[in-house]
Amino acid sequence: MTGTDRRGYDDVAVTTPVTIPYVRYSPRGAHWFAASALAALLEQSGLEKKALDGLGFASFTAAPDNAVAMTQHLGLTVRWLDHIPMGGVSGIVALRRALRAVQSGDATVVACIGADTNRLDSFRSIVENFSQFSRDAVYPYGAGGANASFALLTDYYMRTFGARAEDFGKLCVAQRENARQFPYALLKKPLTLDEYLTARPIAEPLRLFDCVMPCAGAEAFLVMKRQRAIELGLAHAVVLGATECHNPFPDDPVQTRGGWALDRDELFAQAGVSRDDIDLVQTYDDYPVMSVLQLEDLGFCAKGEGPEFIRSHTFTTEGSFPINTSGGQLSAGQPGAAGGFLGITEALRQVTGTVLGARVRDARTALVSGFGMMVYDRGLCSGAAILTRGT
Amino acid sequence: MTTVPETAEAIAAIPRGGRSRVSLGFTAAAALGRFELQVCSQCEAVQYPPREACYQCLSERLVWKPQNGAGELLSRTVLHHSHDPYFGKRLPWHVGMVRLDCGPTVLAHLPAVAPKPPARVWVSARLDRAGQGVLVASETEDDVDLSNDCRLREMTSDPREANVLITDGRSAHSQAIVRALAAAGAGRIWVGMDYEGQVDQRRSASTFRAAVEAPEVLRELPQVTCLRLDVTDNGCVREAASAVASEIDILINTAQVRSLRSADLARAEMESHYFGLLNLAEHFAPAMGARAGPGQRLCPAWVNVLSLFALSCHPPWGTYSASMAAAHSFSQCLRAQLRETGARLVTVFPGPLEEGRSLGIPQSKLSPSALAGSIVDALRRGVEEVYPGEVAREWVEGVLDRRRVSDSGATVPR
Repeated sequence: MTGTDRRGYDDVAVTTPVTIPYVRYSPRGAHWFAASALAALLEQSGLEKKALDGLGFASFTAAPDNAVAMTQHLGLTVRWLDHIPMGGVSGIVALRRALRAVQSGDATVVACIGADTNRLDSFRSIVENFSQFSRDAVYPYGAGGANASFALLTDYYMRTFGARAEDFGKLCVAQRENARQFPYALLKKPLTLDEYLTARPIAEPLRLFDCVMPCAGAEAFLVMKRQRAIELGLAHAVVLGATECHNPFPDDPVQTRGGWALDRDELFAQAGVSRDDIDLVQTYDDYPVMSVLQLEDLGFCAKGEGPEFIRSHTFTTEGSFPINTSGGQLSAGQPGAAGGFLGITEALRQVTGTVLGARVRDARTALVSGFGMMVYDRGLCSGAAILTRGT
Repeated sequence: MTTVPETAEAIAAIPRGGRSRVSLGFTAAAALGRFELQVCSQCEAVQYPPREACYQCLSERLVWKPQNGAGELLSRTVLHHSHDPYFGKRLPWHVGMVRLDCGPTVLAHLPAVAPKPPARVWVSARLDRAGQGVLVASETEDDVDLSNDCRLREMTSDPREANVLITDGRSAHSQAIVRALAAAGAGRIWVGMDYEGQVDQRRSASTFRAAVEAPEVLRELPQVTCLRLDVTDNGCVREAASAVASEIDILINTAQVRSLRSADLARAEMESHYFGLLNLAEHFAPAMGARAGPGQRLCPAWVNVLSLFALSCHPPWGTYSASMAAAHSFSQCLRAQLRETGARLVTVFPGPLEEGRSLGIPQSKLSPSALAGSIVDALRRGVEEVYPGEVAREWVEGVLDRRRVSDSGATVPR
């Protein structure tokens, strides 16, 4: 994992960020959200459907369908197809694979789509049947879902590293501030630290505003040769570095770190930039404790210094360390697997100057992090990508 | 006979999640009151959750082996929301993460007054209200009955303050069970008496509900009421059920044919052991299911006292063994029905008892008090299968050992 001789992606562009507005519940299927995302990709890029020859697809709620079924459902003929059932890291993984597919010529234009619906009972069903391990060894223990699992990690982190509820609250409050200008955010009502601290408990120590709101929605982007994007006149970014890692540190008794801790040197070496070059960070913020782990593991501060890092920074788009600039999942909502794409589309908009909400001034380079799949007691998948404005 | 639950109470009677096939060994051990984890025969790794292969060396030779459950509580949470109606009706619910000394990190139910992490705890395997194995972490090693926590106690059937029916009070064994239950703090205890030869005369008495006379040895127990109950008589069982079934938390079926002089012993054994059980199930099981909803102090339990010979025929007692095997088979059906409602069926498989029929058997025999003690203990622990006494214990260990050999992929001698 120490090799730095991986090829870059500098001849490939990421473009056309699409967000299908989130709704708390929807009677429509995941396929509707996927179709809407595809239509928006075509409309914004000016491409014909037949110009797409690759699809990377992620969803929790398309079952029994997968990416294969989606081609027929959406009338796509593709020569490169990927189903990415990886939750919060599916956006990063879709991006990495599409980059190489386009770079190698196996595909010319790849649509990466994360789409999920949220029916009244679909979330409970996902929780119950999330994995074999969770059926055998998690759901029977109170059926608290991800809230319970992350409560246990948060409880451990707080005691071990001295984090306080106020630290997590500061992140949540800043993200709500960012969300206020983002048109698609579901939660835009201003949030005060006091409201955060006195909200009702969900799974102690987690309170209401520590937990994302599951919703329906879609996120998508296109990957194509840079030359093609320029010809089409599409604002785009290039990826300087990207990593993924699954099941890191299996011997840790409790998760206090993710795969980023293994990959960060390679990520920054491949990207050829330093942390000072990063203008904004999109963490996978299903719970604030995970944002703290990502900041530590990506090297913005040392392990255990996350709480102090939070106390010494501000996190709005105008802050000293802009983070989750569209509000993140904590304020925008968590549209299933599309939640793993949200950071990429927002980062794309920020570095290409096509924001829908508040802009980080002079933003050129962004780091996006993904995290997913609490199969048993820890999130197994982690990934990160560094994007910069394409010229 | 399985019915779809219709009311919110019925839906909340048991946790609804399914389990994988590889986790069956965990639940099977919990049903015996044992905490077992998969251990790799090749590299000795202990693993959890259950897998199809060793996570370390990929060997498929995995064996379920007993673990002592000692570990460290690393973190805990209190749930104020649940996706499952069972827990939703019982919030707040306490859960912790425990690093076992033997290796794996496990999730476990916690009592509300559990210590704050980090702390030493002891993890035991229990049956939840759906009859599935779950782990419970306790502050002390001897937290047998989980009595410190009202939500966890619901997983057991501690007889304290519980109302009990013993179906056949004539034998010394039944009377020992009555005394043991009284000593364990049971509430009311009804004891069935069939009073052979006096049935007709007694039936003509004004009401059936009138108590019948208690045997001498039970008379000093104020909580005991004897009632007429002949399990082989469907009408008699129906009348007894209409009188007391709605109040019973624990039913202990001890009915056994004692007279060996019957002209048709095989038929008498079937009538008592098998059809008697059917009669009881018809009239008592629905009421027991109805008592199993949320807010109950304990898991309602139906205890069938059968015989080890239900599982392994004792040739000199061929017809007896066959009748007990039939009763055991129907017990499994009754267990499935009761489980849907949140009630538990406990089967007791004693070896030879100290009674007339066993005189010709050379092995050590089970005393009435030992049988009674093992039943009370099983209720406190919330187990489903009981093998009291040396003969039964040796038999079940043999079965488990053969299973271990067979699980590990070695050849089983034929």
